[in-house]
Amino acid sequence: MSEMTKIVKTTANILFPFTMIFGLYVIVHGHLTPGGGFQGGAIVVSGCALLLVAYGSSWVFDHIKDKRLATFESLGAIGFITIAFLGLVFSAVFFGNFLTGSGTLFGTTPATGSTLSNFNTGGVLPLMNFAVGVKVIAGLFVIVLVMAHASSIKEWG
Amino acid sequence: MGVEFLIINTLVLILTVIASLIAVLLRDLLAAAIALAAMSLLLSLEFYLLQAPDVAIAQAGVGACLTTAIVIIAIKGTKRMEEE
Repeated sequence: MSEMTKIVKTTANILFPFTMIFGLYVIVHGHLTPGGGFQGGAIVVSGCALLLVAYGSSWVFDHIKDKRLATFESLGAIGFITIAFLGLVFSAVFFGNFLTGSGTLFGTTPATGSTLSNFNTGGVLPLMNFAVGVKVIAGLFVIVLVMAHASSIKEWG
Repeated sequence: MGVEFLIINTLVLILTVIASLIAVLLRDLLAAAIALAAMSLLLSLEFYLLQAPDVAIAQAGVGACLTTAIVIIAIKGTKRMEEE
């Protein structure tokens, strides 16, 4: 896809940070509010697709390499399955939640009753949301990026 | 679950069917893609009315945004108007 006009670029410049912040908010609050790794990752990728439409695929290809996005996708999958096997090591159950109630990272026990939501709860669920978020961002963005780059090639022979 | 819920629910479903009919009948493929995005957004509103905000976020992100972007990129690579 080719570059678009200055109006589209300015609008994309204004809207892009809000979209990114909202998507990352949905990812990191995945254990408290609706949403999670997949939904937040889809929102972040929609912001990146906005940038791709405004600035053209060649500009984005200069800054982001698809090989690096593939590495990030594998990193998300490896992180997810590593946390699952750490549950097998520490609490003798596959996908065991070994961090909850321990008082360390995300380890506070939430208060019972109707209270304000405590962010520092959930055990391994926020970490798994981060892993799924990284995997979904990289996987969906490489689909859109390769699609835009392939449609801009004129001569297919 | 009052009568207002029933009215809004039926209205959103009828608008969803109308938007998908427009997407099928239009000859201009870019306008059909926009109608498909509107249908997806109305479907996400229906999911939200049925107390499923998780599915509504996924539908709005993937259906209304990413699918539309991919379809528009494909239209830009090929032809815009559908032939007889």
